[in-house]
Amino acid sequence: MEKLLEVKNLSISFTQYVQGLNRHDLRVISDLTIDVNSSEIVAVLGSSGSGKSLLAHSILGILPYNAHVTGEIKYNGKTLNQELKEELRGKEICLIPQSVNFLDPLMKVSEQAIGECKDDDEHKEKKIRQREIFDKYGLDESVDDMYPFELSGGMARKVLLSTALVGNPNLLIADEPTPGLDAKSVEETIQDIINLKKEGKGVLLITHEINVALKTADKIAIFYSGYVIEINKAENFNSADTVLHPYTKALINALPVNGFKFTDGVQPLEETLGCPYWENCPDRFDKCENHKPDLVNHDGIMIRCFKYEEADNGA
Amino acid sequence: MIKINTKRLAKFLGFKAIRLLILLVVIAAISFIMIQLSPIDPVRAYLGQRIVSQEQLAIIGRYWGTDLSLTERVFGWLQTLASGSMGFSLIYRVPVTEVIVQKFLASLTLMLVSWVISGVVGFGLGVIAGAKEDSLADKAIKTYCYILQSSPTFWIGLVLLMLFSVYLGWFPIGLSVPIGQLSDTVTFWQWLHRIILPAITLSIVGIASLTMYTRDKLINVKKSDYFLFAQARGESFWGIIKNHGIRNILLPAISIQFLSFNELFGGTILVEQVFAYPGIGQATVAAGLRSDVPLLLGIVIVSAIFVFAGNFIADLIYQYVDPRLRSEGDE
Amino acid sequence: MSELPWYNKGLFSSLNLRQKTLLTIGLTGLVLLIIFICGWMTNANLPTDFSIKMQAPSFQHPFGTDWMGRDMFARTLKGLSLSIMIGLAASILSSIIATLLAFLASINRACDEFVSWLIDLFASIPHILLIMMISIGLGKGAFGVTMAVAFSHWVNLTRVLRAEVLQINTSEYVLLSRKFGKSKLWIAKEHILPLVLSQIFVGTLLVFPHAIMHESSVTFLGFGLSPHEPAIGIILSESMSYLAMGAWWLAFFPGIALLIVVLLFDIIGDNLKRLIDPSEANK
Repeated sequence: MEKLLEVKNLSISFTQYVQGLNRHDLRVISDLTIDVNSSEIVAVLGSSGSGKSLLAHSILGILPYNAHVTGEIKYNGKTLNQELKEELRGKEICLIPQSVNFLDPLMKVSEQAIGECKDDDEHKEKKIRQREIFDKYGLDESVDDMYPFELSGGMARKVLLSTALVGNPNLLIADEPTPGLDAKSVEETIQDIINLKKEGKGVLLITHEINVALKTADKIAIFYSGYVIEINKAENFNSADTVLHPYTKALINALPVNGFKFTDGVQPLEETLGCPYWENCPDRFDKCENHKPDLVNHDGIMIRCFKYEEADNGA
Repeated sequence: MIKINTKRLAKFLGFKAIRLLILLVVIAAISFIMIQLSPIDPVRAYLGQRIVSQEQLAIIGRYWGTDLSLTERVFGWLQTLASGSMGFSLIYRVPVTEVIVQKFLASLTLMLVSWVISGVVGFGLGVIAGAKEDSLADKAIKTYCYILQSSPTFWIGLVLLMLFSVYLGWFPIGLSVPIGQLSDTVTFWQWLHRIILPAITLSIVGIASLTMYTRDKLINVKKSDYFLFAQARGESFWGIIKNHGIRNILLPAISIQFLSFNELFGGTILVEQVFAYPGIGQATVAAGLRSDVPLLLGIVIVSAIFVFAGNFIADLIYQYVDPRLRSEGDE
Repeated sequence: MSELPWYNKGLFSSLNLRQKTLLTIGLTGLVLLIIFICGWMTNANLPTDFSIKMQAPSFQHPFGTDWMGRDMFARTLKGLSLSIMIGLAASILSSIIATLLAFLASINRACDEFVSWLIDLFASIPHILLIMMISIGLGKGAFGVTMAVAFSHWVNLTRVLRAEVLQINTSEYVLLSRKFGKSKLWIAKEHILPLVLSQIFVGTLLVFPHAIMHESSVTFLGFGLSPHEPAIGIILSESMSYLAMGAWWLAFFPGIALLIVVLLFDIIGDNLKRLIDPSEANK
């Protein structure tokens, strides 16, 4: 079976000019590999502000032009080049953005959900579809004429979800869908995402909230310092024994203390020569300092750690 | 569409009216004092090379009020103003109000035409440059603006005059009305023929600043989250520029254009001088050079009102057209 | 893995943006200096020779000659150096005014209100008209026009500095200094001035082109330098009388020379601004 979305060895870096116009290269995502099937929810879990969103932007082809991208992205087995991205986005691949800032502040929300139309007929058709979806999420007709700043937090979230669904996509990318929402709204969002999966859609969930990931996802990828260090089944995250990477274990162990919140921890800001977790790792080897482990398959779990590479080699 | 909250509007207007009043009184007083303190003797400047007797000098001096103290003169001037009169123009020999109305109307057409040209062209160029940032078109537009912003208005006028009037002979060299014809018998084409060069000169400088402003604004919109999301939803590039870009920069651009009344008036003074266009600008220069103090002060006050009107309209647009600000006061 | 930063590479590796910016500033400055010195050294009393009056540009007289047979190139150079001098004086003066007003605004609320009101007041009269009025008030001439330009160009820099000072004033280290009982003057001198110095410097440079342009405009109208001075504004207003005769060089060359000088100052100012605040280069 073809995978819906395959990302292989994706790296994204930026060129920046700092004070005095000195050049500085900044790597945000390194060697990222992940895939998503239909009717599957895959969560990318990482601290906020770590650049996870760029994964979404890269899939949709909306990175700023000073970004350097290497690696490969495939959709239904076809390589997603810029042309194909531009063709598919908004139709087969849709983004659920994180906040109301992603809506044009001076445009009525219904028009934004409908989007660009070639003629009046298309507009009418899409208007009906938009109304259906808005109804489905309990947004009545008075919402149609509202401007984004008039929406309440819960309404805004539903509008954002609806705008993504008007095009009836196969793959949804949810970028931090629950920022600063109250507990009830978070529950609703979780339910909405699970329903999308039941309708057969693939969902790539990018978040820093571990409970949202745990309650919705089938697979969880841990994003640390620009690297994916482990991709494991969601149920394995219930215990520190069933996850593999030392960082993930530490993360799970710390959860009750942290009230089940994702901790940022201390992540190296600069590019490291060896394993990014080397400095904090309790199980480190000598070679971890100067050599980077690859993401390898260990009993069906993707892991980036010499501990398991050694074990496999020994076997 | 636009809901007007009358109470809020009244408050807004009242506030603005008081501000304008204070502004005018201060400007009137300060500019009067400035002229009075000037080492240039108004009597001598007025008389020029004419030879007059000592007695005549004294009479003219009294007419100017040189025998009164400065404070008395300032209050006398403010009193005259409060009574609704601006005094008597010395060079045109009619009430200042009459001169200003007549000259200002002539300039108003010139300013309006160039204001519209610079608005439309400037906005258009700005959108193209901003949308296609760093393209060849953008670089060309940017260079054009850069050069225009650095060139004195009157010199551009001189160059256009040399090229189109002297060398090519397409346009007359001066005067908005053909000699020997009353101004109300001028046909539209004659008028257009004479206003085209001054209007283009005046608009050229306005184009540069509006273009750069529009370009910057559009580039900012392109960096916004909603622009990114519109792209992610598969809207076409020019579609996004049209639907989201222009939608978000049009209001600020229009209000910037209203805020440019200041430069517009200043530009008119220079352009009218170059093209010998008989408007408020020429009157200003004449009044200044020949020490027609009442006229000069009258023009300062009128120009301040003109600039204030521009700022006021810009404010009004923001307050009543932008949906975010519009509903703010309604609760 | 990552590339070495530029300063670790060989000294003669290809130029990066920083070096290019510095080079631009240096070269532009040099050109302006040459223009200024050449103009300054030119004799103000140019020889008049009516046998060569009103000649079109040639190798001998690249900018042509005027109605008294004076070389227009020499007159233009002289005019430019005069413009640069007046521009320099006016922009330094206006920066001083702006700095003083910005500090005045930081004293208390009433002062701040007053400065804002002053800004509104000066922005409410058309620029050219304001310069004309001040120049007339001070008796025209070099002094009048320099003061007039200085007193009408402080507005933008004051706005910038006022915001900057306000921000520094509410920062933690200033609050701490205040707790230690340091006087306002001490804080202004030790903390605020060093931080805003670069802003003032760039601000002065950015005022420069406007100052030059407005001086020549007002002189052109007859409210600036006297007709005996070799100013660009005077040259251009003289040229008006000969335009109809087709003496285009009288207006064209002096104007384009002025444009180039203004443009060069603009380039220096912009490049310097980018060097200090790199946000614009990040694209």
